Amino acid sequence: MELTGAEILVRSLKEEGVTHLFGYPGGAVLHIYDALYQQDDVKHILVRHEQAATHAADGYARSTGKPGVALVTSGPGATNAVTGIATAFMDSIPMVVITGQVPTNMIGNDAFQEVDSIGITRPCVKHNFLVKDVAELAETIKKAFYIATTGRPGPVVIDIPKDVTAEKAEFKYPDTVSIRSYNPVVTGHIGQIKRAVAMMLAAERPIFYTGGGVILGRGAAELTELAQMLGYPVTNTLMGLGAYPATDKQFVGMLGMHGTYEANMSMHHCDVLIAIGARFDDRVTGNIEKFCPSAKIIHVDIDPSSISKNVKVDVPIVGSVPNVLQEMIKLLKAGDKKPDAKALASWWNQIEEWRAVDCLKYDHDSGQVKPQQVIESLYKATHGDAFVTSDVGQHQMWAAQYYKFDKPYRWINSGGLGTMGFGLPAAMGVQFAHPDATVACVTGEGSIQMCIQELSTCLQYGLPIKIIALNNRYLGMVRQWQEFFYKRRYAMSYMEALPDFVKLAESYGHVGMRIDNPADVDGAMEEAMKLKDRLVFMDFVTDQEENVYPMIPAGAGLNEMILV
Amino acid sequence: MRHVISILMENEAGALSRVAGLFSARGYNIESLTVAPTEDGSMSRMTIVTSGSEEIIEQITKQLNKLIDVIKLVDLSEDEHIEREMALVKVKAVGEAREEYKRLADIFSGRILDVTDTTYTIELTDSGDRIVEFIAAINADEIIETVRSGVSGIARGEKSLYP
Repeated sequence: MELTGAEILVRSLKEEGVTHLFGYPGGAVLHIYDALYQQDDVKHILVRHEQAATHAADGYARSTGKPGVALVTSGPGATNAVTGIATAFMDSIPMVVITGQVPTNMIGNDAFQEVDSIGITRPCVKHNFLVKDVAELAETIKKAFYIATTGRPGPVVIDIPKDVTAEKAEFKYPDTVSIRSYNPVVTGHIGQIKRAVAMMLAAERPIFYTGGGVILGRGAAELTELAQMLGYPVTNTLMGLGAYPATDKQFVGMLGMHGTYEANMSMHHCDVLIAIGARFDDRVTGNIEKFCPSAKIIHVDIDPSSISKNVKVDVPIVGSVPNVLQEMIKLLKAGDKKPDAKALASWWNQIEEWRAVDCLKYDHDSGQVKPQQVIESLYKATHGDAFVTSDVGQHQMWAAQYYKFDKPYRWINSGGLGTMGFGLPAAMGVQFAHPDATVACVTGEGSIQMCIQELSTCLQYGLPIKIIALNNRYLGMVRQWQEFFYKRRYAMSYMEALPDFVKLAESYGHVGMRIDNPADVDGAMEEAMKLKDRLVFMDFVTDQEENVYPMIPAGAGLNEMILV
Repeated sequence: MRHVISILMENEAGALSRVAGLFSARGYNIESLTVAPTEDGSMSRMTIVTSGSEEIIEQITKQLNKLIDVIKLVDLSEDEHIEREMALVKVKAVGEAREEYKRLADIFSGRILDVTDTTYTIELTDSGDRIVEFIAAINADEIIETVRSGVSGIARGEKSLYP
């Protein structure tokens, strides 16, 4: 049957199992919106800014493992989407973004709302396509989803000129796709896996250092099994939280710049480092010269270019996380060699000494609302089972430190790009994917204002998100660095002229609460969680100059932390 | 160290800019870059001459391999290979210089492609080093302009990039 390009697009999305499409209309995509209007399979969610469309699609993807899909118009629609595309790219999130384009005969003529979307997005996508022939549209969409979701996932942009959406072609959605130049490796090299297992068994001071790749690759169950078979400590990166249960005794917390003392000290002193789906980011390694000085390093990753990029490793293994870990588990079960129990006991004694420092302790008697207290209260009120999104800054670190994630896909934040404004639209995507779940957006008074317009989207679709704003009237992380490294010259880090967030929330038709007494925190949190069908904006007026501790200053090693 | 990377890639619009963009975004050097379609019009063959430490070259090859349009690549400098480059050199050729540059072109196995009363345009196809030597042998004041193609490379023996 002959269909228009617009109809082919919508039908193809349905074939891909897309249920939610986050977008914003405009001239170049009018045919597509007309096709969307005439069907019920793909639900379109109207955001208030294209950045939010991409973040919402991203949040949907992070909380489900399925690709998120966004639709924006040409020109400013596409440029507004770029921040969200780059955010997904840095964190390897599977996403397909459809951008409208001016008609093919006008491309290059500086037409109204024309921008070189392919050129602009090229450095921040896994791949992108300009579709010039309607006959190629369905196959291109198939390829886009295939590329976005396989290997190391990432965003793919499909740029579709307006005339292509009007022209007709025979529609047949391909069952399979094969791209001769793209064949991601899944199975790890068995020889390397054997070497890795031998090295792991010979370790005296081992540690698992695992990242977002474990979650993206769906390897959390295998990681937990492997780590518990061996009894070795586990630390997660910011992106990897939830891949190993945070309440388990083998978990030593997050590592890196604001990681726990026990995690970072264990990293520094380990003799075998088992890195899985992590990329040795600068926020994790600190000074690379001082990183894990006595460690042999095993690195499992789906992306060969992540291996030995920042830190030279001893046993590289390219493959998917569950595949490689299953092989390791098989080898361990088949062999009779066990970890060195004596060495391991003494290693755990050392780790427990570090843990006893209690690096996340804070003042409970200040008379002020402490941000850490708010996160602990959120954890209690949601029984540790909420989906938590965050923006970027101090509140993000506190959420990562104090909310103990036991499951993957629950912690949703912009780790790589560090995008303020991510939290609320991401929470919308999560809530659409999990309509009955509790979704909390931990944010600050700075970050929330970067996508505050989405309160309107939340009203339109009745999204009962709980916004936990840690309002310290400062751009807290900027202020913290200025306090430490710029002699307290607080240049532009003070948030003057803040709105009344309670009234603001109410004007959008939501519930607003202001909490400025530490004694009220738990009660307010309980009350907010009881409002199951309402969005509640909780404005916590917190201690203004609280800092995130521990902290590794720039240029220092993991063993050179500032504690309090 | 200098490396010659040979790439077989999809002959798609934008493929070249993906490669060039990768080099500029990650701060890698490009000494020269040549590209043209192969006998199979769906593929292009590119030769990039670059330089960097072993770690950087490893990253360059890995990052290039990650580009969806790249079918296959090889670092030719890891094994025996042939490199050729073409140069077009336009020189002032009057008086004694006419005979001298004719002789010089012969010595370097160059060909004079264009002759006017006052100029020669000489074509030379050889290794990059030989081309540099040839240009150095000409009086700098008498060079009107030079155009170099950049290096094309291929492995010796039976090896091929085709899958």
